[in-house]
Amino acid sequence: MEELLHILEKSARLPVEDIAAMLDITPAQVAAQMDEAAAKGYIRGYEALVDWERAGVNLVEAVIELHVSPKKSRGFDEIASVIAAFDEVDSVLLMSGGYDLQVVVKGRSFQEIALFVAKRLSPLDAVLSTATSFVLRNYKRGGKLYQDEDTDERECTVL
Amino acid sequence: MNYDALLAPAAKAMRPSGIRKFFDLAADMPDCISLGVGEPDFKTPWSVRDAGIRSLELGRTRYTANAGLKALRTEISAYFDRRFGLHYRPEDEIVVTVGGSEAIDLAIRALVQPGDEVIIPEPCFVCYEPITQLTGGVAVHVATRQEEDFRLTPEALRAAITPKTKLLILPYPNNPTGGVMEEGDLEKIAEVLRGTDVMVLSDEIYSELTYGLARHTSIASLPGMWERTVVINGFSKSYAMTGWRLGYAAGPAPLIKVMTKIHQSCIMSAPTTSQYAAIVALRQCDDQIEMMRDEYNRRRRFVVKALNEMGLTCFEPRGAFYVFPCLESTGLTSEEFCELLLAEKHVAIVPGGAFGDSGEGYARISYAYSVEHLAEAMKRIRAFLQEHGWL
Repeated sequence: MEELLHILEKSARLPVEDIAAMLDITPAQVAAQMDEAAAKGYIRGYEALVDWERAGVNLVEAVIELHVSPKKSRGFDEIASVIAAFDEVDSVLLMSGGYDLQVVVKGRSFQEIALFVAKRLSPLDAVLSTATSFVLRNYKRGGKLYQDEDTDERECTVL
Repeated sequence: MNYDALLAPAAKAMRPSGIRKFFDLAADMPDCISLGVGEPDFKTPWSVRDAGIRSLELGRTRYTANAGLKALRTEISAYFDRRFGLHYRPEDEIVVTVGGSEAIDLAIRALVQPGDEVIIPEPCFVCYEPITQLTGGVAVHVATRQEEDFRLTPEALRAAITPKTKLLILPYPNNPTGGVMEEGDLEKIAEVLRGTDVMVLSDEIYSELTYGLARHTSIASLPGMWERTVVINGFSKSYAMTGWRLGYAAGPAPLIKVMTKIHQSCIMSAPTTSQYAAIVALRQCDDQIEMMRDEYNRRRRFVVKALNEMGLTCFEPRGAFYVFPCLESTGLTSEEFCELLLAEKHVAIVPGGAFGDSGEGYARISYAYSVEHLAEAMKRIRAFLQEHGWL
């Protein structure tokens, strides 16, 4: 199962037959393991890595560093769940280091994100402070280079 | 100047690489998919690169000892012991070279005199024969066959040995076939050699890349074989370090001593930066080797299955990173097949004939490429076969 998850994490669109060949098991076994991985929540979803800049679509993304006050009974989980429930929010991570939660938000404009922070995040009782940084450029995401092309420089020399 | 008369006949007689032209052609096709190269697609592990950089920062930019840094030879010695149960003294039984290729050159030059015969199992890597011929030695080819999983058989070896035989080249795991020789196979070869004066050049550059087997066995580890074997290995394939140009040879002290003398005269010492990097490779990168091997293994299974389903049958290659499918179903020679495939589908693979006459009728496909790249290539080859009615 672990090997299958590693393959899928790198290239989720490989045909089941190809993955089966790679793992030396049957396509039916691969399909069953993928179903099991989904059912047990090991696989949380499949998505494409879109380079919106190249596609000519304007999207704005911001990383927000939050200081929050944890609750006695549920720690950070309660406020994290509340924030995670907003549709605008792409990811919520509890961090070690200088702040508590890292929230990634996607929107159509700077203003949209600014409004989200001002009207929805900041007013939450548990949120003590926010620091919003906008993403200017993607260089690498999900293991794929966005600016430079990974070229194969190998030459067929003597053999 | 009449260069034709000036040039040494033995050097002039070296065969140019027949596939150079072929790959120049491929380079001009922007959408060409190559499965031609014989080197890893992985980058050298970062810790190894970092060690090279660090050595430069510290100004370690001079020659090393001729045989290589003592610390590196000590690590090589420990590696032989750890991975293959082989024992070589760092002081006088190991020499560090510019790639496995230089080690092959040194061993052949140290041993072979004009008229000596060198037994070369084929198909194989293309450098053994020209180096043998430059020394005035005679290359004696022994064909290996798919039915034997491209292993060297004791019968074929016995038939090739004459009073003039000086050296047996043992290139396993094999480029281009992916064939391996397991301990039982090697024992049969050893049985033929014990009691003779024939030396063995065991080219084990792919020793870390074997699949579904117990670890690679070196013939030098069999009883009575250490003293008649020089083991060649290097960093290129196992650590993805081809461009660092670093290999080594290990064997009995009298042989290594002479090899080191030749090395001293023509090279001085292997690249210093590479040597410092290689120390870290040997100390820290066993897990990286495993990671790369697992990835090659997945690709290997994928390609073998795809080719077999297309009627380009291949025996299961259990070493290196090559598949060697049989082209019989097409009725073409290996060169015709590869040229037509390149012209029509822009897929470049290497005709088996380039690796010796017994490679004719086969082609070498490298799987040192991403699965996506391999999948696209397989798709094109399948379409090629279908359009010609071979599938």
